[in-house]
This record gives sequence, C-alpha cells and structure tokens, in this order.
Amino acid sequence: MKQKKSRVVRYNKWGYIFLIPFVAVYLIFQLTPLVSTIWNSFFENYRSGLKQIGPNFIGLANYAKILSSGELWRYAGNTMIMWIIGFVPQIFFSLLLAAWFTDPSLRLKGQRFFKTVIYLPNLIMASAFAMLFFTLFADSGPVNSILINLHLIAKPYKWMSHVASTRNLIGLMNFVMWFGNTTILLMAGMMGIDQSLYEAAEVDGATSTQIFFRITLPLLRPILVYVLITSLIGGLQMFDVPQILTNGTGDPMRSTLSMIMWLNKHLYSKNYGMGGALSVLLFIITAVLSIIVFKFTQERNS
Amino acid sequence: MKKRLLSIVLGVAMTTGLLAGCGSSSDGAATSTASLAAEAATSTVEETSTPAEADSVGEANPGDIDTGDGEGKVFNIQAWNEEFKSRIEDHLPGYQKVSATEGKIGDVTVKWTITPSDDNAYQNNLDTVLPENENASADDKVDLFLMEADYALKYVNSDVTMSVKDLGITDDQIADQYQYTKDIVTDSDGNLKGLSWQACSAGLIYNRDIAKEVLGSDDPETVQAAVKDWDSYNATAKKLKDAGYFITSSVNDSYRVYSNNVSGPWVQDNKVVIDPNIKKWVDDSKALVDAGETNTYELWSDDWNKGFFPEGKVFCYFGPAWLINFSMQADQEGSVANQGKWGLCEGPQGFYWGGSWIAAATGTDNPTLAKNIMLTMTTDKDVLKDIAVKDSDCVNSKTVLSDLANDSSFKNEILGGQNPYKQLAAGAEKVDMSNISDYDQGCNEEFQNAMKNYFDGNGSYEDALAQFKTAITEKYPDITMD
Repeated sequence: MKQKKSRVVRYNKWGYIFLIPFVAVYLIFQLTPLVSTIWNSFFENYRSGLKQIGPNFIGLANYAKILSSGELWRYAGNTMIMWIIGFVPQIFFSLLLAAWFTDPSLRLKGQRFFKTVIYLPNLIMASAFAMLFFTLFADSGPVNSILINLHLIAKPYKWMSHVASTRNLIGLMNFVMWFGNTTILLMAGMMGIDQSLYEAAEVDGATSTQIFFRITLPLLRPILVYVLITSLIGGLQMFDVPQILTNGTGDPMRSTLSMIMWLNKHLYSKNYGMGGALSVLLFIITAVLSIIVFKFTQERNS
Repeated sequence: MKKRLLSIVLGVAMTTGLLAGCGSSSDGAATSTASLAAEAATSTVEETSTPAEADSVGEANPGDIDTGDGEGKVFNIQAWNEEFKSRIEDHLPGYQKVSATEGKIGDVTVKWTITPSDDNAYQNNLDTVLPENENASADDKVDLFLMEADYALKYVNSDVTMSVKDLGITDDQIADQYQYTKDIVTDSDGNLKGLSWQACSAGLIYNRDIAKEVLGSDDPETVQAAVKDWDSYNATAKKLKDAGYFITSSVNDSYRVYSNNVSGPWVQDNKVVIDPNIKKWVDDSKALVDAGETNTYELWSDDWNKGFFPEGKVFCYFGPAWLINFSMQADQEGSVANQGKWGLCEGPQGFYWGGSWIAAATGTDNPTLAKNIMLTMTTDKDVLKDIAVKDSDCVNSKTVLSDLANDSSFKNEILGGQNPYKQLAAGAEKVDMSNISDYDQGCNEEFQNAMKNYFDGNGSYEDALAQFKTAITEKYPDITMD
C-alpha cells in the first residue's frame, strides 16, 4: 500500500515537470506584462520628441482623462457596430453550412474540398487581406470599373469616403475571414450530437426545420456560447483590418476607429500611462460583456 | 515509414528555415558574434571575387580623406535607405566597398546600419541608440546619421547631435549652400547641426499636351503666367475643368506649397496655431474639390498615380527633380514621362520636397572623419557636380546649379529636353524654412488626414479641425489646444 502511494507521487512528479514550460511562459509573458500594465496606468509617462516626461505618479488621472473625454465610448461603439456587421452573417452562414455538412441524408460530395476552401481566407494574414480589399475598392480599382462597365453606376463610388461603406467593408472582411473557422467549430459540435436522436425524430415525422431548431440548436448551445464569447473578444480586439484599410486614420471622421487602434495611437508618443489605463479599461469592458453573454445564455438554458 | 520520412523532411525544413533566418539577419544590425562572423565570411568572398575593382578604387587616391590620428577604428552610419550609401560608394574619394553593409576608408572600417522608416522604425531606433551614444563601447558608437526634414528638429534641438562648428566646419566653407537647407537643421539657439548635399527645391510639373490645348502654349513662361499666384492657379483650374481635365491629381499635391510658406511655426508657446496660409489651402482645396477640379487621393496611391499616364487627365504635379526622374514611371511605355511630355515651371509659391541631412552624433569617436565626410559630400564642387550629372540629384550648391542651368548641353528627356536647373535654382533661393518646428511631421500628416473628411463632405471644417486637435494631443501629449 505504502509502496503504491509513493509510486503515484513519483509518477505525479512528471506532471509537474511537464507543466514547467507553461508556467514559466505564463509568468514571463502573461502575468508580468499584466501586472506592469496596471502599474504603469497610474503614472504620467511619455516622450515628446527625445524628451522623456515622467514617470510621475498621478493616481487615477489617466482613467479620469479617458472616461471624461467620452472618446472611449465612441470607439467602443464603432468596434461593436463593425463586429456585429461581420458576426451576424458569419454565424448565419456557419450554422447553415455546418448543418449541411453534418447532415448524412444530404450525402454532399467533395466535402473535404469545400471545408478547405471556406477555411482558406483565414490563412491569409489580416493585413494582406486588408491591402487586397484596399486595392480592390480603390476609386479606380477593379470593383469600380466592373460596376461602371455594367452601367450600374455612372462614376466611381468612393468606398473609403463613406461611413457605411467603409464599416461594411470591414465587417465583410471579418466575415469572410472567420466564417470557415466558425463552421469547423460548429460542425465539431454537431457531430457530437447522438445520431439516434435524429433517427428518433425522423421516425416521429419531424421536418428538417423542426429537427434543426428542436434538436440541433439546443444541444449545440455550449459550443455556440463558446463561439459567441471568443468571437466577441476577438471583435473587441479588432485592429489589423481597419488599421490597414484606413491607413491608421479610422476615417471617415474616425467612424471606423476601433478601441485597439485608439490604444495604438497613444504609442506614437510612447505614452505608457494612457496606454496602460486604456488597456485596463478594455480588460474590464471585455470581462463585463463576456459575463453578460455567459449569464444570458445560461439562464435561457435553465 | 512514410510518416517517419515526412517528419524527418519537416524537421530538416524547419531547422534550415531557422538557420536561414540567422543568416539574413546579418544584413540588419550587425551586433551578434554570429552575424559578424557571417559578414566576415561574405566580405572575404566579395573581396576575392572582385580584386580588380577593389584595387583600382584603393589606388585612386590613398589617404585622400583624413581619418584623424588615433581616432576610432569603426565608423558607424545610421540611415533609412541605401541612398547615402550609394552616394558615398560612388563619389567619396578613397572609399572602398567591402560588402553590402561595410566599407573602408584608410584603416577605418565603415559600418552601415539601415533601418527602414516604415512604422517609425528608423526614428525609434535612433531614439534608443542616440541618447546612450556617449556611453556605448567605441566600436558601437554612432558617428554619422541621416535625417529627413520633417523630423530633423527633434534631433537638432537635443544634445544628441553635434554642432558643425564644434566639428571644425566654418561658415565660409558652407557659404555656397542654400539658406533653407541650413534653416531646417538649425536649433533654437542658432547652432547649425547638419548638412545636406541635396537642395530639393521643387516646381510645378505640367503636362505639355494639356498646356498646349488649354493655355495655347507649352512654354514654361506662358504656363508660369497662368499659375503665378493662387488666384490665377484657381482660375486656370476652372479652365482645365471645362476642357475635361483635373488641375492636380489630389488636394494633397499642393499642400507642401502652402505649408512651406507659412508665417509662423505649427506650435507656438506649446499651442497649435493654424496658419493663414494653411487655412487658405483648406479653403482653396475645398472649392476645387467641390467643383470637381481635383480629388482627395492620398499621395503615392494607385489613384494618385493615374495622372502619370495621358488617360489620367491630370494637368500638373508639384515636385522636385527626384520626382521627375525616379517616380513618374518614365520606364513605362505610354506614360507621359516616357514620351517626354512633361514641362517644369516655378508655380505659385516656392517650396521644397525631401532631401537628406547628415549629422554627427554626440559621442562620436571619429570627429575628424565625420567632418571630412560631411565637407566632401556637401561642399566639394567636383563631387557635387558628379552627383548631379550621374544621380540627377539637385545638389546643394549655388555655383554648381547655376553652371548646370547655363549649360545648354544639359537636357532632361522626361521634360522634353528642357533644362530644369534654371527653375530649380531660382526656386531654391525662394524657399524659406525658418518657420519649421519640432512637431511638423505629426501636424502635417494629421492635418491632411483630418481635412480629407471635410473635403469628402463627411463633416464641417470645425469637425475636421476638432479631429485634428484630438489626433495631435494623442501624438504629443504635452501640447495644449487653444
């Protein structure tokens, strides 16, 4: 008995040894920056030209400055609008495609090919993808020449000079980039559902719409919640697509400036104080929104 | 078996990838011993492969440049592109090229560190290196570095740059240089801290065919009369519009012309001031855009470039010699430049665009060599003439430029045989850069970005101005507004 226990302990040792890389990486690259960000947010600390100003301890002044200007809420609004524009079609098409791919009665051919194709946009770097769109939708770009040649418009439409078209382009890019990924996740969830439930439903005479809404969706909820929360966090951190598409300006009139792009603007002057305070606020916003989504979906479940 | 083979192949691919990564890093900052070894290896290879060339350069004028007795053995130069390096390689007497990032002057090794200016990387690098330069080890000390006008004052107004007087350069030696090239690198106490071999004075580059059709003649004098001030310029814009042409490709084309002729700096007493001439740019440009006489493209975008071809229907660009020679796609069949159909006149106001300034870093252990390189490259008339002829730089010497202006054999093919130096030399005299400030780069960039919203009709002038002010306080937290 005693011998057996010590063998377990000896065996457990390996568990800890295998954990060392993770813990070390976490401490160095996650926890330390996290703590130092919060610490930095209480200081006035930036550069003007070659002149270093600070660090001077100023308490919550950075937070007061951000919250009183109201800019943060504007950019939070931009970010949420652009995320929703991309997320709604994304979840719709992902559910549809995942349901088709996993439905054995459809016997779709070339599934592997299509799964690869819809995932492909995700493999392109977001910045390269944004550059591509920037060129496609330039005033004298291919999209405008096609539209003019089809006599749909008389003169080039300035895609990047209108609020709605710029936001929609960003939403479209995020949708195209991420719907493949979401489809794969949802498919994994759907394939985990017991086939006998479907067979039973079919025997009872349920239509495929009924099966989808009464069996697939309710049983898919845990995966759906996961997809929703990860996509929300990803959306709140939206940066590369609008940054490249608008050349960092967030124009027209900063209507496509996301919160992280705003954070990035403070880094020009190496403003670690404001940057830190903004990061902490972003962390709080993300946490609150995630908890709301989580609670919301939990309650409906019970 | 198959799987094992695959994993071996992948493993090999990954390790080679890693090693290749190590190798290529030697092109950049040459600090680690590994990269130094790699460099030494490449340099020996190159030396043996081109012995004839190396010898001939070496024997040309040994010891032509005094490197200073007992001074540092490694001369470090920081730059953002290859331009100055190729000028040194081609024109500095006694310089021997060793490898892509190394050279030799006498027994001193010249090391080049090239950091591209994308994403502010070049300045970020200088910001880290220069303040620590005095304490750096002898071989790592930066001796010379290059600056652009937009941010030059940031370094000039700090202790990291040496005054040229302290290097031993006298006012007489640089009397032939244009005043504006000195204004840009003069600190708030009046000390000159850098020199340039270029005078990038610029003019109005017009399409000769359109000028003939609309103005009746493509002669520079006639065109100049039509654009001699902003009122005539705007009237001409209307004429061009009626004939189906745009006066410029974008409102941003003329921005430099207005912003070079301001009556005061962007920031005065820590406050941002909108100069009357900048406001005039906004008003004039808004009128032009609303009338459909120009557009709001960003410079260098594909839309902006369209006017380099006849189908773009653009009458003129504002630019210096390098824009004409290198950027107007002269090697493209069918471009206006390729057909030699551009002309040059002075335009409504004098201005300049671009140029690189050489400055010595405080803490250099090679002051003599730094001084001699600066003097040779920016004041030696033979070197400058050589640069002007071979590299088409508009050089920073009144004598050389006036020689070239009166040299009837000097013809520019892109300008249809016109000698541009007459206009460029006259323009260089007119440029006045005494109102430059530390914040110019950020202010100019953000102002154009913000005003694009006003021109596009996405907000009023006040809205756009408010956005400009927000952007400026983000970039420079120490500046206040109004």
